[in-house]
Amino acid sequence: MNKTINLTLKVWRQKSRDEKGRFETYPAQGISTDMSFLEMLDVVNEKLTVEGKEPIAFEHDCREGICGSCGSMVNGRAHGPLKGTSLCQLHMRHFKNGDTLVIEPWRARAFPVIKDLVVDRSALDRIIQAGGFISVNTGSAPEANSLPVPPLSAEKAMDAAACIGCGACVAACPNASAMLFVSAKVSQFALLPQGRPEADRRALGMVRAMDACGFGNCSNHRECENACPKEVSIVNIARLNREYLHAGFVSHER
Amino acid sequence: MRLDAKIPAGPLPQKWDRHRFETKLVNPANKRKYSIIVVGTGLAGASASASLAELGYDVKTFCIHDSPRRAHSIAAQGGINAAKNYPNDGDSIWRLFYDTVKGGDFRAREANVYRLAQVSNAIIDQCVAQGIPFAREYGGLLANRSFGGAQLSRTFYARGQTGQQLLLGAYSAMMRQAAAGKVHLYPRREMLDLVVADGQARGIVARNLLTGEIERHAGHAVLLCTGGYGNVYFLSTNAKACNASATFRAYRRGAAFANPCFTQIHPTCIPVHGTYQSKLTLMSESLRNDGRVWVPKTPGDKRRPTEIPEAERDYFLERKYPSFGNLVPRDVASRNSKEQCDQGKGVGETGLAVYLDFADAIRRDGRATIAKKYGNLFQMYDKITGEDPYTTPMMIYPAVHYTMGGLWVDYNLMSTIDGLFVLGEANFSDHGANRLGASALMQGLADGYFVIPATIGGYLAGTRFADVETGHAAFADAERQVSERITRLLSVSGSRTVDDFHRRLGLIMWDHCGMSRTNAGLAEARTLIRELRTEFWKEVRVPGSASDFNQSLEKAGRVADFMEFAELMVIDALARQESCGGHFNEAFQTEENEARRDDQNFCHVAAWEFTGEESDPRLHKEPLSFENVQLTQRSYK
Ligand SMILES: Cc1cc2nc3c(=O)[nH]c(=O)nc-3n(C[C@H](O)[C@H](O)[C@H](O)COP(=O)(O)OP(=O)(O)OC[C@H]3O[C@@H](n4cnc5c(N)ncnc54)[C@H](O)[C@@H]3O)c2cc1C
Ligand code: FES
Repeated sequence: MNKTINLTLKVWRQKSRDEKGRFETYPAQGISTDMSFLEMLDVVNEKLTVEGKEPIAFEHDCREGICGSCGSMVNGRAHGPLKGTSLCQLHMRHFKNGDTLVIEPWRARAFPVIKDLVVDRSALDRIIQAGGFISVNTGSAPEANSLPVPPLSAEKAMDAAACIGCGACVAACPNASAMLFVSAKVSQFALLPQGRPEADRRALGMVRAMDACGFGNCSNHRECENACPKEVSIVNIARLNREYLHAGFVSHER
Repeated sequence: MRLDAKIPAGPLPQKWDRHRFETKLVNPANKRKYSIIVVGTGLAGASASASLAELGYDVKTFCIHDSPRRAHSIAAQGGINAAKNYPNDGDSIWRLFYDTVKGGDFRAREANVYRLAQVSNAIIDQCVAQGIPFAREYGGLLANRSFGGAQLSRTFYARGQTGQQLLLGAYSAMMRQAAAGKVHLYPRREMLDLVVADGQARGIVARNLLTGEIERHAGHAVLLCTGGYGNVYFLSTNAKACNASATFRAYRRGAAFANPCFTQIHPTCIPVHGTYQSKLTLMSESLRNDGRVWVPKTPGDKRRPTEIPEAERDYFLERKYPSFGNLVPRDVASRNSKEQCDQGKGVGETGLAVYLDFADAIRRDGRATIAKKYGNLFQMYDKITGEDPYTTPMMIYPAVHYTMGGLWVDYNLMSTIDGLFVLGEANFSDHGANRLGASALMQGLADGYFVIPATIGGYLAGTRFADVETGHAAFADAERQVSERITRLLSVSGSRTVDDFHRRLGLIMWDHCGMSRTNAGLAEARTLIRELRTEFWKEVRVPGSASDFNQSLEKAGRVADFMEFAELMVIDALARQESCGGHFNEAFQTEENEARRDDQNFCHVAAWEFTGEESDPRLHKEPLSFENVQLTQRSYK
């Protein structure tokens, strides 16, 4: 049922990459508990705009938890307190009247801040370029049912492919590692027969690109899995490690 | 302006083959000398970029988002159609063609739709080879499900995330070409104008959304793959950045805009629940495979759904349309839900909702089976509404979802401006007055993977190009206009926000140019839009500066374009004095309240030419001739 609450926001404001940021405090009053977190920010921004101030910059698009645009730290947790939920799908009914919310951008060496809560995640695209694909030109594909795929493999591949590339795993990791992201893509293809021919090359290429982009190493904190809005499992990291080791030892791609 | 659809001669099934044979080719070694600008990285733009680069063209690709993977296509849920006939239930290219033409209420071109059905199967082959984890049967072969407007199963799906998976496939293919240096990516760029030199589209002017810099980009052809304009209604299922600016700016430069009033209102969305609401969420049409739509028989019945006995429920779609039942096309389902609510039988707090009930399906197939098919959709519903659809029926209501109208294109996907091609939802070509579910993904990928790679060569090989670089006067002129407009937006310094105006525009459009339209309402809407536009340019407040990352400025530009574009939609709706598909004018309905077409006078595409800001647009008609299907009153009974 529709109820309203009042909150205090402490929001990271930073004009640009090179300028220093700071926290600013804003009241968020009369917030309906049916609102999403982003709609709550909209309300605050409308007020700031009318008052002649600059609204808080934050990224968003689909508002359905699928595009991976949104995301910030809320009270130290990537995408806020609710498990398996992106910020846009987090609703205000999960907060209490009088709560104080500290809202910050993702923090990682590989994700420099652009403005306020907006960060540069282009490193993730560079990792995909390094092998996150199956090399098949348009028109050269065989008939779709000529290659049966066990349904369990397809399901597991889909579990991994559910990654939305939001970067929460990196933000949550004490080492700012992108292993969950990389492993999700490597696993999706490793689990499917179509992906096997390039498996070694893919694992080596993507891990090298990850290192080159300035992401840290994985030391099994499992924070990534907890923060992931799509609940992509760290089983994928184990699979990536196997793929990577195998590629490193036996492949011609070394 | 002359509309020549360039439909190849010959019998329908042979047109595409014949056309490809007759189209000039560009020598492989020469392809790299042609530079092609692709705007948009949804299914259409990403698939076109990848395929053209694979052929050897030099491709420059632009998108608004920080990463091309975030295009709105990512949100498509339910699936993609193809005429594979794997279930052996009688499907064929001809039937997919026929269903699509009929579903579109006979307002699409036969030849285009037939080609779409023809290439549909190759799309599935391509996507499987890319590693898209489609749903599979126990034996490892691909699974299918049904969508509205069809009596068989031809929809391929990857859980409720089909768009995500297809887009990531196309994105990956494009990234492979980016790594190879064949696609040059320009993310966080917004195209703000098209550059036309000597009658040819030769480039774009774009704003770098990080720095605010205005950039010029030149090429031999421009492909607009910028999606639909559903956000003109403010509330829609579209992602927030979806806009009409790229296509509308091209319209102002001379590209005809076709059927702008054809918009699709999707029957199954989570109902509106507050004035702060920023967007509406779709519940995929696939749910109508197992969910049953109903309202209480007695108006004003406020009991909880589970307390209403079977005999006091009206499964109105099953009752009125026994052969298609809950799977009637979207326009029919939406109108019927509205009708029930108008009669006071709507449910929920606002009375603007109907039930979509899974109790029977769960009883029949078990909770686990239903969870496997729709788990993520049920979860999303629960997150948004705080209610569990496994135990209580979903509440749904129609919402703006898709736009069938778009820039006019010929059979080659070229607009009325030479060298300007339009792909995906941004063009008008295949869905007539109503799109069937799971056909937009099919069309976006057909255009990008298979149509444009074959047709663009004909244009390039057959055209002489003058030396037009970014120093050309046409670029300087376009850039000046873009900059002036930005300065103007920032200098109004009024007291109302951009969203405030956008919401008001949306309400005008929803009330008067939405699910059901009247001549008086449309005329009134035109006045209201003009008044709002005047007020916008006096009262809007756009904070920040032009020379940095400024989301308010981005929005302001898009809303300013919507304000002009909305009027064109209303003009088109007024000119079409019939009802067809999603365009329902109350004056034209059958006794059973179905849309009544007027094939005598309106069996045409309405293509509008821009004639200046102060004058009305000029209407051009492309007659639609049906040689292979018979025009009938659509019946889903
Ligand atoms: C919630 C939802 C579910 C859907 N489910 C289905 C389904 O199950 N099956 C189906 O067939 N269809 C479905 N659809 C419809 C389908 O998703 C879309 O029609 C289709 O994805 C559009 O693809 P596109 O490539 O034409 O455009 P989009 O995916 O909208 O991409 C547009 C691109 O253009 C860019 N762009 C826009 N303007 C500019 C500019 N000015 N400058 C630079 N770049 C610009 C954007 O950044 C983006 O990259 C669904 C739609 C919605 C809203
Ligand atoms: S806005 Fe798309 S995932 Fe949140």
